[in-house]
Amino acid sequence: MVDAVRARGVVKRYGDVEALAGVDLTVPTGTVLALLGPNGAGKTTMVKVLTTLITPDEGEVHVAGVDVRADPAEVRRRIGVSGQYAAVDEYLTGFENLDMVGRLYHLGKKRSRERARELLETFRLTDAADRPSKTYSGGMRRRLDLAGAIVASPPVLFLDEPTTGLDPRSRLDMWELLRGLVQGGTTLLLTTQYLEEADLLADDIVVIDHGRAIAQGTADQLKSQVGGDRVEVEVAREDQVCAATAVLARTGAEVSDDGGGRLTVPVTGGTAQMVEILRALDDAGVALLDVGLRRPTLDDVFLTLTGASS
Amino acid sequence: MTATDRASEPAQAARDDEMVSEAPRGSHAVLDGLVVAKRNLLKIRRVPDVLVGTLISPIMFIILFRYVFGGAIGAQIPGGVSYAEYLIPGIFAQTVIFGATVTGSGLAEDMQKGIIDRFRSLPMSRMAVLVGRTTSDLLTNVLVTIIMTATGLLVGWRITSSIPQAAAGFALLLLFAYAFSWVMAYVGLLLRAPESFNQISFIVIFPLTFIANTFVPPETFPAALRTVAEWNPISTMVASTRNLFGNTGTLPAPTGSLPIEHPTLYTLAWIGIALAIFVPLATRQFSRATSR
Repeated sequence: MVDAVRARGVVKRYGDVEALAGVDLTVPTGTVLALLGPNGAGKTTMVKVLTTLITPDEGEVHVAGVDVRADPAEVRRRIGVSGQYAAVDEYLTGFENLDMVGRLYHLGKKRSRERARELLETFRLTDAADRPSKTYSGGMRRRLDLAGAIVASPPVLFLDEPTTGLDPRSRLDMWELLRGLVQGGTTLLLTTQYLEEADLLADDIVVIDHGRAIAQGTADQLKSQVGGDRVEVEVAREDQVCAATAVLARTGAEVSDDGGGRLTVPVTGGTAQMVEILRALDDAGVALLDVGLRRPTLDDVFLTLTGASS
Repeated sequence: MTATDRASEPAQAARDDEMVSEAPRGSHAVLDGLVVAKRNLLKIRRVPDVLVGTLISPIMFIILFRYVFGGAIGAQIPGGVSYAEYLIPGIFAQTVIFGATVTGSGLAEDMQKGIIDRFRSLPMSRMAVLVGRTTSDLLTNVLVTIIMTATGLLVGWRITSSIPQAAAGFALLLLFAYAFSWVMAYVGLLLRAPESFNQISFIVIFPLTFIANTFVPPETFPAALRTVAEWNPISTMVASTRNLFGNTGTLPAPTGSLPIEHPTLYTLAWIGIALAIFVPLATRQFSRATSR
């Protein structure tokens, strides 16, 4: 299977600053890749390179089988892009925006109109179709923007922070729409600061910081990089902390103490082991305020990785 | 075969469609440009106050110059020409030139918004946004010229030549403004901020349109300014349109320097040079610049 996106050693410099310092990236056709990273990590620059908006100083980039530097025009025919800021014309209505994009993809007059109507329907914007998009809510504008990106049903779609600034309801809406597109076979590359989003949508995650890809893998692979499950207990009485630590130490792993009565110990036996520990604590007469089996989140991964590299 | 192949079918179909139904790629600059021009015109319709300002200011200028300066200057226009006759072609020139600066501020404004990235990621002609912008600004200038013509006729301006000559006069005026639009397009893309563009264009264009024969005969200027006025293409454009409208009275054709003796040729040469330099320059600048 041909990779939808294949980038090798991408470097982009702005003066002395290396915005991208040799990034490798592969998105197999039909999959979703999330580019994860803090502000200024180089996510947007990478998307701009992949979508022909800027030319890299070094490196090789193929999108949908086409060399980005050799034939950017052909790449543009095969991709859909939605930038960090909703790329809609605020004075134009929803319909006019999509119709215009269709015309500029050279779909022809009739097909552009049909497609605009279709997309407004799919994205639940029919009622607002003939209002200037200036009057749209943030979520509606984002949906219109995404609709604009898929007017020509591109096989590869690039979205730069598609849900930034959206309220929870609109974010759920957007995820649903994106899942639908992916199920339809679209290859998706998205950037995000939300780990939940990467976890939920992406097959593969690349963590990027200071212009470098510092980790890559599935959400589970990345999580296991920063350690497995942990049992966390909060001891009710300060004078029992020692007793509790002794019980937890029986697992053979190192117990960490936050100094406020919260103890954590890594475990490998999942819930069964947690129940075992609880029984032992109960036998020792330790009173608990709170207990839980904590799995590392992508937040842990993100903070560990980006913290280490800076 | 796979879901992926199915998803890419529509895109493939769109490409095939294009091959069949559309002319070769070169014409995309024009076709795509018209789509963008339509967008710009829709925007004017949505925010009509901008257009109202554009239409009213030339009317204001005509009335102010005609009645404030007209009495004092009127008697000193040589060749038995009334000040209204002398003034109107000059106001035409100044107004369409200011109209052409909208190209630059409009593009600078677009550059600050996400829409320009959308345009640049579409398989449209690299020239389309510029062709569209200059075309919609040309159409605005046509409308403005019609309003000014009507106002001019009301305050005593007359066309005393033939219809083909008058048509040639209007054509030269609008062609000049169109070429100027491309210069402004480049400057607007270079500066990227509408505020600084407006400041700078005002500072440059005001003297450019005043150190010329637009409002008064330059014979009374100090020698240095008179030389500037003589070689200023705005002067030759105005001289040429005065000839074509028949607003030169009984005066014999002036002599002395090349631009004065051949105003139309000299103006056309400037138009040609401006287009030859700034169409490719602005296009290159557009391809380079990204928003933010």
